[in-house]
Amino acid sequence: MKIIVTAKRVTDYDSKVIPTADGKAINFDNVDFKMNPFCEIAVEEAIRLVDAAGEGEVVVVAMGDEEATQEVRKALAMGAHRGVLVECDESKLDSDAVARMLVKLCQDERPDLLLLGKQAVDGDSNQVGQLVAEHLGWPQATFAYKLSVEGKGATVQREVDGGVETVRLSFPAVITTDLRLNEPRYPSLPNIMKAKKKPLETMSPEDLGVALGAPKVEVVSYGLPSSRKAGQVVDSVATLVSKLVNEAKAL
Amino acid sequence: MQIYKAPIADIRFALESAGYSRVAAFEAFSDYDLDTLMGILDEAGKFCTKEMLALNRTGDQEGVKYDPVTLSVTMPKGFKELYTKFCEGEYASMVHPPEYGGHGAPFTLAFMLSELTTATNKSFSMCPGLTQGLVEALMHYGSDAQKAEYLPRLIRGAVTGTMCLTEPQCGTDLGILTTRATPVEGRAGVYSVTGTKIWITFGEHDLTDNIIHLVLARLPDAPEGIKGISTFLVPKLLADGTRNPVFCGGLEHKMGIHASPTCVINLEGAEGYLVGEPHQGMKVMFKMMNAARLTVGIEGIALSEISYQTALAFAKDRRQMRALDPAKQDLSAKADNILVHPDVRRMLLNVRASTEGMRALSAWIAVHIDVAHSHPDVKVREEAEELVALFTPVVKSYCTERGFWNVSEAMQACGGAGYTTDWSIEQYLRDMRIALIYEGTNHIQALDLIGRKLPSKGGRAMMAFSKRVTDFIRENRDDERMGSIVESVKEASKLLSDITMNTLMAKAARDPEEGGAVASSYLNLFALTAISYLLGQQAKLAHERGGRFGETKLKVIRFFFDKILPEIHSLAAVIRTGKASMMALAEDEI
Repeated sequence: MKIIVTAKRVTDYDSKVIPTADGKAINFDNVDFKMNPFCEIAVEEAIRLVDAAGEGEVVVVAMGDEEATQEVRKALAMGAHRGVLVECDESKLDSDAVARMLVKLCQDERPDLLLLGKQAVDGDSNQVGQLVAEHLGWPQATFAYKLSVEGKGATVQREVDGGVETVRLSFPAVITTDLRLNEPRYPSLPNIMKAKKKPLETMSPEDLGVALGAPKVEVVSYGLPSSRKAGQVVDSVATLVSKLVNEAKAL
Repeated sequence: MQIYKAPIADIRFALESAGYSRVAAFEAFSDYDLDTLMGILDEAGKFCTKEMLALNRTGDQEGVKYDPVTLSVTMPKGFKELYTKFCEGEYASMVHPPEYGGHGAPFTLAFMLSELTTATNKSFSMCPGLTQGLVEALMHYGSDAQKAEYLPRLIRGAVTGTMCLTEPQCGTDLGILTTRATPVEGRAGVYSVTGTKIWITFGEHDLTDNIIHLVLARLPDAPEGIKGISTFLVPKLLADGTRNPVFCGGLEHKMGIHASPTCVINLEGAEGYLVGEPHQGMKVMFKMMNAARLTVGIEGIALSEISYQTALAFAKDRRQMRALDPAKQDLSAKADNILVHPDVRRMLLNVRASTEGMRALSAWIAVHIDVAHSHPDVKVREEAEELVALFTPVVKSYCTERGFWNVSEAMQACGGAGYTTDWSIEQYLRDMRIALIYEGTNHIQALDLIGRKLPSKGGRAMMAFSKRVTDFIRENRDDERMGSIVESVKEASKLLSDITMNTLMAKAARDPEEGGAVASSYLNLFALTAISYLLGQQAKLAHERGGRFGETKLKVIRFFFDKILPEIHSLAAVIRTGKASMMALAEDEI
């Protein structure tokens, strides 16, 4: 079983992300980076599936500048077998560009499965998996919270509003992971060392035959959410109810 | 509120300044460049925050339970699972040799890792810490058969280790211990061990099935005093699985480290195996003890750091009073954020600057331990080993004393909230306090420094250290960027040599009571001077680094030189007045 899995480098959700003064970009000073948590879940699932199959390989892919190597290494330390970094100018990446490169990679690598996080916690676009499936004409299951492989296909339970939808699909396929699919492992310390010696190929968008032009999505501005107003301490339940009814008009 | 993020960037900076590149240059450690080391610590830090910190408060509140019927100890909820995860991550086995299942990483890694594990769960981290000490002792003094039998299991974490030293009548004075070991007839190297040991950390628990005790005891023909002590391995379960009569007789009820069982251990003719030569037990014990003393020093750094992070999070959210400078007043709110107040900054920076100073010391010692183990040149190895020996009591005592004070200062910055369980600092304060006492009280450390370490080999280690300080001063005094820092290092170093030569050596040589009276103050003077030298080096690196990170480092270092280093003058004044006022009172006047 061969699985391609993504590992996107995103800002750490513990760091405070602040727009630049003109609101055109993000100020990355004093911001930490880590692997997108949904990607981490995808990597974990890929490793478990290949382990369970008893044969195969997990290929982890990141796109961006050289720093993204760290996320590839992290996935390798968790247990992925080899890594690919498509080194490119991040400012030229949007969901469409990422999807087109993943399509080429899938055509070259011919995996049984492409596993991705349902979205990245920085851009929150939630588009790449769907775009790739469409371009390739592969079946897709998004928001997976349970996944079982049977022969040349899989049964996926998807989290949908107010319930669960169960779908079956045949390989090759695209699956995107939701939060509750699994709990990613910590790489053991020796595996971090072993990951340094695992193969990691660096390529360019041109190597994939993809030309990165201006992104299709243009960011007009970034802004912080308006700050929350200070709360009030009330002296009784009656006052609380009255305020909720008359001032907040919540009841 | 349990707040912690591993201070990876600070640790990296400290290691870089302490010359970690020397360690990475050794062939044995070619896989462990600084990037790799920090990558490992980064991952380990996440484990610590997510898994270990999560059980820190519940462990404190639930505590360990003793069952007097089965003589067994139950750990707080979740600790067994945590221990399994900890072993699976192979955190404890990284630095041990590959032939016993370790991974041959530099010691620096273990040292820095212990800051993270201690910060997030001090009680828990004591268990693998003790096992590490036993591994160290066996590595040096165990027979090949003992190594083969015990090391792989200890390194893997399948069994844990203890050190059984103290007895009811002997704590600091081990010479008067009475536990007996008599040879078992017809079985070479096997002894029957009988006696009572107290204060045995993780002496009984349910994390693993078996526990290996390292026990100090006397052979029948042993000379009096500490020259008659031997060491024995006493497993809880014997090789065939039968229970060895070594039982937990009860637990101590303590101020802190509630999730760390402190046991009374009764040996009732338990089967034990001699480690090393007869009557040479103190050597084995000190091998274990010296490593342990350094790790105890780290406890002060670890709990300072987590208390600082907690207090800072509190301060950032807290508004009280108006800024003294009208320009800094935020009129959109009823009060200003407390970070505008100079005294809040004084408290927070006292903790931060001293913590970074102590971390500079621990990183520097860590590097020297690796140099002492692995440098190709025997002379360099010896010099490094002597420096580590000289600084062991300094790290243990200074970092724990300052650490306790730091946690208290962080509590103060939070006002009343700091005293409540909600903010956890009260737990850190209770957990911290023991570190000034165990593994040799801080005064014992001070006596070790002035009585044993300083005079050792004609004061060679102290001279080697002074030379490094002098070299630093000479190389940097014309560097304008360093401002008055070099001058301050020089002043501290001159004061230290003056006090060493003209007060300590001159008086203590004639009158040991004079030494005893000033030893503790002297150790602190010594520590502050060493830290000034190491932070001086960091200042240089911070200038080269530049940017926001470098600038902030320089400001914190500046604070140390302005507000903390001057303590050397009061220490010097206290040392100069010697024992007189302490000894002037008759016993019935005290």
